[in-house]
Amino acid sequence: MNTAPTKSYLDSLLPGRPAASPLDWLNELRAHAVERVGALTVPSTRDEDWRFTDISPLTKLTFQPAQGAQPLNPAALERWIIGEAAARLVFVDGIYAPQHSFNHAGITVENFAAGLDRHKAAAQAQLGRHAAFESNAFAALNTAFLHDGALILVPRGLAAAAPVHLLFIATRKHAANYPRCLVVAEPGSALTLVEDYVALQDEAYFTNAVTEIVLAGDAQLHHVKVQREGAEAFHIANCAVSLAQSSRYHSVSVALGARISRHNLGVRLAAEGAECSIDGLALIGAKQLADTHTLIDHAQPQCSSRQLHKCIVDGTAHAVFNGNIMVRAGAQRTDSSQSSRNLLLSAKARVDTKPQLEIFADDVKCAHGATVGQLDLDEVFYLKSRGLSDTAARNLLTYAFGAEIIERIPVASLRDRLEKAVMAQTQAPAPGAARPA
Amino acid sequence: MIYQDSRTLLAVRDLRASVNGIEILKGMNLTVRSGEVHAIMGPNGSGKSTFAKVLAGHPSYAVSGGEVLFDGSDLLGLAAEARARAGVFLGFQYPIEIPGVANSQFLRLAYNTIQAERGEDELDPLEFDDLVREKMKSLEMNPEFLARSVNEGFSGGEKKRNEILQMALLEPKLAILDETDSGLDIDALRIVAGGVNQLSGKDNAIVLVTHYQRLLNYIVPDYVHVMEAGRILKTGGKELALELEARGYDWVAADSKANASLSA
Repeated sequence: MNTAPTKSYLDSLLPGRPAASPLDWLNELRAHAVERVGALTVPSTRDEDWRFTDISPLTKLTFQPAQGAQPLNPAALERWIIGEAAARLVFVDGIYAPQHSFNHAGITVENFAAGLDRHKAAAQAQLGRHAAFESNAFAALNTAFLHDGALILVPRGLAAAAPVHLLFIATRKHAANYPRCLVVAEPGSALTLVEDYVALQDEAYFTNAVTEIVLAGDAQLHHVKVQREGAEAFHIANCAVSLAQSSRYHSVSVALGARISRHNLGVRLAAEGAECSIDGLALIGAKQLADTHTLIDHAQPQCSSRQLHKCIVDGTAHAVFNGNIMVRAGAQRTDSSQSSRNLLLSAKARVDTKPQLEIFADDVKCAHGATVGQLDLDEVFYLKSRGLSDTAARNLLTYAFGAEIIERIPVASLRDRLEKAVMAQTQAPAPGAARPA
Repeated sequence: MIYQDSRTLLAVRDLRASVNGIEILKGMNLTVRSGEVHAIMGPNGSGKSTFAKVLAGHPSYAVSGGEVLFDGSDLLGLAAEARARAGVFLGFQYPIEIPGVANSQFLRLAYNTIQAERGEDELDPLEFDDLVREKMKSLEMNPEFLARSVNEGFSGGEKKRNEILQMALLEPKLAILDETDSGLDIDALRIVAGGVNQLSGKDNAIVLVTHYQRLLNYIVPDYVHVMEAGRILKTGGKELALELEARGYDWVAADSKANASLSA
């Protein structure tokens, strides 16, 4: 097998890297990442981890990072504004846009350019330490381009009432964007974070994001990730979360956009009493592919995790879910549940779901299950028996299937807007069918 | 109540229906006039629930013979939603849970669909809220049930109340209540029955499908029918239910056989 072409493809993405930073440790981190990019190849379907997701369409195109910020009319942002937000950082094609950003959250929410130096200790100790890039070509590539990004530090004991909104906007075709976030929550703090990927155009571009989240003891984070990229986009995101004692991490991820998307979420329950809930929804149609890989790592005793992942697949779209729950030796009294539920709306839609439990402790409670199906006949009948048309009944049930995840988003305006988006997407009338009243 | 000269709402003649190729209804006959309350009783597996679902248009049941006229028109040719819009209501034995759909949203959608069909005004969320809270009061339902997902996490009694709430909103001409009493404690039974009685009037009719006589202490039927093996074997007044309670069902079949051999 000749792997040279894919390898040189990664090399072809390397030009246009940021100039040397005054921070030596950052230069070293980047250099190490560049070295890994040189050693790694683009994964193929021969890799177990990419078995169902053929990323090769990416390699048919070339992408370069945007140089210089694209001016953006504030009105263009209007539809994504989250009214409740106490801070917002906007990145346009990966480049920080200060004129659209603000922070009155009372915590550190700033771009790396100033933030990494100002908060040296936390930045140097955490950045690049959680999202491993030794064997992950995309995380390595992101790290090689480490420049702009969101640095969020929540001080000890502070519970930020309003959410922080990170808005990544893609405006240029064939751009390679490398969004990056680092969240460090000190002991006993609390935060709600919205990580939001949107587009102003529908041609091909490449978002390759890395997010690292570190929760100290008793800290709590509600993390909402919304992927509503353009129709031809490639979206690859790696998120690594580390949980200290009795910390709580709640994640809701919604994937609506992109031609091909891949979301890797790794949560390490690294000390006793940590808890996480991981909820996901992929709502796709046409030729989209949405792949979610999660690893919930019960490394210590007495942690709990709960996961519900749902896919609604229409057209010839393809959803992939791989949910690995690892219970390490000694992680006694682990309490874990995982459910993968999938709804196929067309005969050519496809789902590959693979819940995986690996248990090396003996005193644990683990439940998992997966279902793939169409709308339940009895549910449809129940609604029709109340007068709803067949189309209206099916639309409502499809909407409801997705809404169960959306309603877990703790930011009202975003939740309402996504509910409407899901409603609109699930109410495309069947050919020849009358639109429901 | 039996009224003189009331019109025939439901006329079922020699109805046959099967599920998965197995015939369950084997020549069902029933006439219901407006204003009347009918109770259909019978042992498990006699076809009571199947009859209820066939009338409502459940797609799993195939009608293989006979006819059903509703208010003078063919019912069996209509899809389930058209039957509902024409005024047929099925109170489910096991109401379906629909996570993700707020009960208020579901109730209003159903209400407005029926209103539109009748050429009446649809209600916006605020107007509907007033209406539904009023109806809930009479069923002693906590308004919190509006915000929750349809039937999700409701107790058995709460689900049944929610069914009667839908009946109260949709004001059907014919309500078929399938085992509405099952799973209810005595207080819930009293409340649900009270709700049904309030809705029962001169212009509509109610068919109660039930296993036990208990419900009939609260909703007094004009007719009691005994089903067995997919047919009505015996019809009587409300006193028949008491006799069934005392003697069980076996004697009905035995009597019927005896009658059949007499007439043969």
